[in-house]
Amino acid sequence: MAGTPETIEQVRAVTEQKYKYGFTTDIESDMAPKGLNEDTVRFISAKKEEPEWLLEWRLKAFRAWQGMEEPHWPKLNYGPIDYQDAHYYAAPKQKNKPKSLDEVDPELLKTYEKLGIPLREQEILAGVEGSEGKSPAIAVDAVFDSVSVATTFRAKLEEMGIIFCAISEAVHKCPELVQKYLGSVVPYTDNYFATLNSAVFTDGSFVYIPKGVRCPMELSTYFRINQANTGQFERTLIIADEGSYVSYLEGCTAPQRDENQLHAAVVELVALDDATIKYSTVQNWYPGNEEGVGGIYNFVTKRGACRGKNSKISWTQVETGSAITWKYPSCILQGDNSVGEFYSVAITNNRQQADTGTKMIHIGKNTRSTIVSKGISAGRADQTYRGLVKILPKAEGARNHTQCDSLLIGDQCGAHTVPYIENRNRSARVEHEATTAKISEDQLFYCRQRGLSAEDAVSLIVNGFCKEVLKELPMEFAVEAQKLVGISLEGSVG
Amino acid sequence: MIEIKNLHATVDGKEILRGIDLTIRPGEVHAIMGPNGAGKSTLSYLLAGREGYEITEGSVTYYGKDLLEMEPEERAAEGVFLAFQYPVEIPGVANTTFLKVALNALRKHRGEKELDAMQFLKLVREKTKALGMSDDMLKRAVNVGFSGGEKKRNESLQMAVLEPKFAILDETDSGLDIDALRIVAEGVNALRSPERSMLVITHYQRLLDYIVPDHVHVLAAGRIVRSGGKELAVELEKNGYRDFGANEAA
Amino acid sequence: MTTTFSARGAAPETARPYIEQFDRLQGELPGAGLAWLAELRRQGRDRFAEIGFPTVRNETWKYTNLRALDKLSFEPASPTPRAGIDTLPTVRPAGAQGPRLVFIDGRFHAELSSTAGLPEGVELLSLADALRTKPDFVAEHLGRLAQPDDLPLVALNTAFLTDGPLLHVPQGVAVEQPVEIVHVTLAGDRPSAVHPRTLIVAGTGARVTVVEHHVGFGTGADLANHVAEVFVADEATVRHYKVQREGTESFHFSHAAATVGTNGHYDNFILTTGARLSRNEVRSTLAGTDSSTHVSGAYMVRGGQHCDTSTFIDHAQPNGTSREVYKGAIDDTARAVFQGKILVRPGAQKTDGYQINRALLLSDNAEIDSKPELEIYADDVKCSHGATIGELDEDALFYMRARGIEKDQARSLLIGAFLAEAIEEIADETVREAFQEIASGWMASR
Repeated sequence: MAGTPETIEQVRAVTEQKYKYGFTTDIESDMAPKGLNEDTVRFISAKKEEPEWLLEWRLKAFRAWQGMEEPHWPKLNYGPIDYQDAHYYAAPKQKNKPKSLDEVDPELLKTYEKLGIPLREQEILAGVEGSEGKSPAIAVDAVFDSVSVATTFRAKLEEMGIIFCAISEAVHKCPELVQKYLGSVVPYTDNYFATLNSAVFTDGSFVYIPKGVRCPMELSTYFRINQANTGQFERTLIIADEGSYVSYLEGCTAPQRDENQLHAAVVELVALDDATIKYSTVQNWYPGNEEGVGGIYNFVTKRGACRGKNSKISWTQVETGSAITWKYPSCILQGDNSVGEFYSVAITNNRQQADTGTKMIHIGKNTRSTIVSKGISAGRADQTYRGLVKILPKAEGARNHTQCDSLLIGDQCGAHTVPYIENRNRSARVEHEATTAKISEDQLFYCRQRGLSAEDAVSLIVNGFCKEVLKELPMEFAVEAQKLVGISLEGSVG
Repeated sequence: MIEIKNLHATVDGKEILRGIDLTIRPGEVHAIMGPNGAGKSTLSYLLAGREGYEITEGSVTYYGKDLLEMEPEERAAEGVFLAFQYPVEIPGVANTTFLKVALNALRKHRGEKELDAMQFLKLVREKTKALGMSDDMLKRAVNVGFSGGEKKRNESLQMAVLEPKFAILDETDSGLDIDALRIVAEGVNALRSPERSMLVITHYQRLLDYIVPDHVHVLAAGRIVRSGGKELAVELEKNGYRDFGANEAA
Repeated sequence: MTTTFSARGAAPETARPYIEQFDRLQGELPGAGLAWLAELRRQGRDRFAEIGFPTVRNETWKYTNLRALDKLSFEPASPTPRAGIDTLPTVRPAGAQGPRLVFIDGRFHAELSSTAGLPEGVELLSLADALRTKPDFVAEHLGRLAQPDDLPLVALNTAFLTDGPLLHVPQGVAVEQPVEIVHVTLAGDRPSAVHPRTLIVAGTGARVTVVEHHVGFGTGADLANHVAEVFVADEATVRHYKVQREGTESFHFSHAAATVGTNGHYDNFILTTGARLSRNEVRSTLAGTDSSTHVSGAYMVRGGQHCDTSTFIDHAQPNGTSREVYKGAIDDTARAVFQGKILVRPGAQKTDGYQINRALLLSDNAEIDSKPELEIYADDVKCSHGATIGELDEDALFYMRARGIEKDQARSLLIGAFLAEAIEEIADETVREAFQEIASGWMASR
């Protein structure tokens, strides 16, 4: 039976709405040949015109990686990954490095526009002036496949001494900072995926906030995987010098494709004395279709070191995308009185799987950490919270509070909680609570009696369930995230 | 107009309603009284569309439409409002958010423009004040940590904001002290109008001192066994339900 | 569902001495003529030969290191005369008699045991005897609940099992008096090992309370490797209590596996003050609908003691209830481990699971590792777990001292009150009071 044009249109509208970032941009790319060997590493390093020390570091990582085994302890099920069957470098072809946005390929600008990420500063400013609140502008670094294509508001930030650029650029611009801090939080031997990243990372953002500076706007990186058969390995390094403050946002999307694509990023944060870093992520990589075909494999190492006294690192994540998520944003609380926070909402629907959580390592005196994790599992999805709270003997007066709540929607999904609590200091106080619940029939009926559709009711109830976490997001992101919560759960109630 | 005809319903195979006939015209207030287990709450849930009830016979026509065919939210959109005996708690969802989403769903259905945040807040503040509720209650999560009285007041507030065509009040007096009862009843009375019908379900006559019905029906063992004017309620208070073959339950 | 041990090629070094012993001694073990038992033992032997003692690389043994065992070569305990044992522990009032089985270094001592006061039909005897007198009954139950696959110590016990109590309470019978099982180790100069096996079988609607005492006299090293299998039929109730006060050089392992039928109930409570290293594994499977289990305990350790509690509640059917309350006090350089897992299988709707572990660190060098775990595959369930770790409430301590109570006494009172919350979980009053007294004794000797 042939579908009428209307039905075809309708079907398209419905599918696209489910994952509205699933389009591909038709753009010529410069790619490394498929496969992974030392030549690939050299190719990437050469493309980036990197100094010798960085190439050496990459090669050390690559050699280490060859001797490592892919971890299988997470509660995740997936077929073997063929690391040779991917391109490790893909960059949109550009004549030269664009000097200004005017030189950036209009196709690229259009892509980001379609994603709702304006890259033209004047547009952003116009938008800001027109809006009611006094929300600050956002500076954006846009990473397309393997390279950063544009970074906005640089001039304004530079006036304050803030460096916000692609990491490939920072290698040339401020090599001493990169050399000093790269790998200092996540060493190149850290774990299978981080080590792979160290060998082949292509781009990512670099941020340096100088002493005493409060970054006046949200810094944001928008990651986009476009090319087929590519892996994305970005590396982000943020250094907040003494007494500084920065809030950083990260967003991710990818086209809808039938094969799985690997994303193995590394994020390193360093907070010195009295510095604060707030890192927010809305992860919406393509999750695969209802049957679990396609989607991103998201194996990410994120770690922050609170090196200085009174420093603070706060992770907030909303994880709705990816076929597989393996991610534990962590804090090493070295400085006395330092603070680590982890706020997470993870939603898995259909066949998605997520094994995510955090590690809080208390080393310094009076270090404090808070963990709030909200997991929602629907369809045939499986989700695990895995977290470690470790109190070392010198961490006098350390405090941790952990709250893990899971919500199950439907009887085909799973939700698991695996906390590890290791305490070696008597004066430490550690509290862990976990609950599991479902959306009650009463709640659903009550909402529907007041006129809400079943899907709206679920979205509302789930947003309520996640409220503690969503309120940690910067305003602009919070609204997006709330909508995302609703969309991610579409089709989860009969 | 709401017409219930020969309505039979079972729960888990047990017959709870055994042929209810009831016609409610616009502007009328009907009270249904009866002993515990008579089927009062079943009737209210059934009219609002809750799952778990099997209708074995009969019909409910709501302004010409088959009510029983509609989803709960369609009924709400068409103006059916159930004030719950036990209002449900929804953690994390602010009362205002809930009300706004509900109101805009109704307005959308009616083809009216959705209210923006400012317009909505103005409206809801007026209604809140009229019910003697604090603004603080608006910010709190729906019914979470509310006292019995606060929950019932919250139901009245929702009714005032959503302005239903047909309101069912299920044991609204339960759990209320006399002052709270008066406030809630005043709220309900303020909503009485020639277009709006109400079905007040109660065990005791005391609520009917405040919300004076046009008609009173006695429901016992799944049937309406007697109908009359408001004086019937007084008689019941005096003699109990014994005459109707049911024990006077506590 | 559970962590699987992977065989690491050649037989692990740690297993070899035990395998050699087994191959030498198997003909002398009880029930040697029974083919089914020989086969069971062989399975245990082969599995242990394959995996050896667990290492910390194994997830379920992450926090308990058995390296100390490597340095000691344990020999099977030889029969001992009942030298110098005057008083045996009991929860009964002084002078009161009741059903009791006594095992010294793993061997049954009939002259110290009694079946007095048991209702008709109830069987209480030594497993070694049962293998002679009613082998079919034993065959029906032995090895059914405790499988060696991923449990190295169960594998070892399966190979070597010598003796232990067998209790059978037939359908509809209620045993009013608690049945006491006393295990005494007389550790001598040579490190010795025992592998007792307990079978408790409660028929439909039966009720019984079992109290296990584990005590050590002597100062040498010994290895006690217990396995208990508990069958709780529909409507039956088994309350299974244990107090472990072995010597400071003992290694104590126990694995209790229970299965609970429809409307059945299983209680397990373990009070630990003894042993150099102990690990108590409790697995309770709610195999019938509307069944329940309470698995709790209190642990008090000091010096260089290491105490591991690992529980696994398996909700296999709808409407099950589980409750776990553990409390611990850890002093000196002692270390405690708590691992508690609640599994809710698909379809086990309306499950209600609760678990809490609270620990007090009493010294600067004490350590606690806690891993509460939920694995849930059904949506209409209510499950929660919690863990808290901290030190004594300074405000409460000050308040008591301000009222004239000496510091040490105030501390003891507070620790006592803290532990009492777990001991309160014991449903049997006699046992509760006896255990409370043991806990108080531990505090007094601090």
